[in-house]
Amino acid sequence: MTTVLDPTAEQRAEQRELVTRPESLDGLTIGLLDISKPRGDIFLDRLEEKLTGFGAKVNRYMKPTFAKPAPVDLRHEIATSCDAVIEALAD
Amino acid sequence: MASTSAQPALPDGLVAVVKEDCPTCVLVAPVLADLAERAGLTAITQDNATFPDNASWVIHDQDLALSWHHDIVTVPTLMKVENGRPTASIEGWERDAWEAFTGVRDLGAELPDWRPGCGSLSVDPNLADQLAVRFSGSSMTSRRVELAALEDEWEAMWDRDWSDGLPVVPPTEARVLRMLEGTTRAPDEVVAVVPPDLVECTVEKIAINAVMAGCKPEYLPVVITAVEAICTDDFNMHGVLATTMDVGPIIIVNGPIRDEIGMNSGGNVLGQGNRANSTIGRAVQLVVRNIGGGRPGGVDRSAHGSPHKFGLAFAEDEAGSPWESLAESRGFASDQSTVTVWCGGGPQVFVDQLSRTPESLTKHFAAYLMTNLTPKMVMMETVLVIGPEHMSRYRDAGWDRARFLSELEHHLQLETDDLLRGVDGIEEGLPEAFAGNTVGKFWPGGIHVVHAGGATGLFSMAFSGWVPPPKGSVCTTKEIIR
Repeated sequence: MTTVLDPTAEQRAEQRELVTRPESLDGLTIGLLDISKPRGDIFLDRLEEKLTGFGAKVNRYMKPTFAKPAPVDLRHEIATSCDAVIEALAD
Repeated sequence: MASTSAQPALPDGLVAVVKEDCPTCVLVAPVLADLAERAGLTAITQDNATFPDNASWVIHDQDLALSWHHDIVTVPTLMKVENGRPTASIEGWERDAWEAFTGVRDLGAELPDWRPGCGSLSVDPNLADQLAVRFSGSSMTSRRVELAALEDEWEAMWDRDWSDGLPVVPPTEARVLRMLEGTTRAPDEVVAVVPPDLVECTVEKIAINAVMAGCKPEYLPVVITAVEAICTDDFNMHGVLATTMDVGPIIIVNGPIRDEIGMNSGGNVLGQGNRANSTIGRAVQLVVRNIGGGRPGGVDRSAHGSPHKFGLAFAEDEAGSPWESLAESRGFASDQSTVTVWCGGGPQVFVDQLSRTPESLTKHFAAYLMTNLTPKMVMMETVLVIGPEHMSRYRDAGWDRARFLSELEHHLQLETDDLLRGVDGIEEGLPEAFAGNTVGKFWPGGIHVVHAGGATGLFSMAFSGWVPPPKGSVCTTKEIIR
């Protein structure tokens, strides 16, 4: 029998439950995160129009660079002040 | 072999280590009995418990712990032992030497004068690995994964999703233990936090992946340093992995370690065929995959990837270069061994068969580099690998690195009006706000020059880059800790 050493980080895949989907957008605060790719703002502007039309309040956010994960402070701000977030990837 | 766990004590006095499966040991059996009687000898037998005699002066080294810990290479080995440790020893049978060593005369008068010994069972190739695992006092803490008896151990590596698609060497304890001998760093030392899962990565975990990649132990310090370098905020391995572009870490090695471990800086330098070049880059990518959790289709979102994402490491030809090395140009000394990591896409060839002056060659390099990524992209970054035949133009003309880069950058200035969106009927380009300016194709300091390649061939190579610093990835050099 061969025994080998585990080459991985030995982390069991973490199961995460999805949060409950909102029934309606009315009165919710929706974060729109621009990852700072060109023309992402055009897409998000249109989304903001639509969401506002559904009665949602919209907060706009932007990553400093699309090339790196969003800073932890930005993630915390979105998590604490929004009911849902839409992240736009555009080119 | 260095022992790290507690060394079992030998009996004090005169000691002989023997095995029955050795004609010389059998030959000297009467001498051993004679010495037991006349000089209080103790025999330590490795195989048959009653060889050379079923007597109280014979000890059976059944698990070979005594032999392994006291580095017995040959049987018979005759030792003088004080306080449990040998103070002197001789090997094989030679009457004069044995008489002088023991101070006992007339030993084995009927025996031939001399016979060589045999190999100790503790260094038998079939046993050495498991003995090393058992006795070395290894503190390896990784989870042991038992493969089923009917499981093909090579197929098992793929089945557990541990491979980049090519075969990987099964990382047995013995192989990992041997790999760890390539560094002075402790197995439990945390050397990096590996993206994208941000996992603390120990020397031991890197050694496991280095075994799998096919590295020799002497490559391990290069792999460890490369992992440290890519896991810095500057290099930004998370972004390098997550991008939809074709990029990956490119590892350039400078200094004495290049020759010590046999890295290639000559013919086919960016290609296959050299074990160190091929496996060092691969080991680093396996670390990102297995420890960091970065896999294609997961956080690795590359649209096309690139063959060099299997791993790319190469050495600079320093001896053949008239210029300071890449590492020296980045502030390191020539006697320091270093790893430079840079994020780039696949390399493309530059052909110039006719330039005989440095002026012509430099202008041609500039014209070629103008199309790096696309002609419309500016303020980029590249690694330029100048081949020896091209480099000879600069050597002959007495140009140094600074002169070359200054002339090259001069020829790489562009009018932004030619690069705007829509110019030449191409929608891609710079926003209108950039009109009326001059801009460098590469940002200042964005051309990294390395001398490497085969002696024959009027070619050089250039890599395309990624998002330049500070927003993307910063070229990073680290000294290798052995």
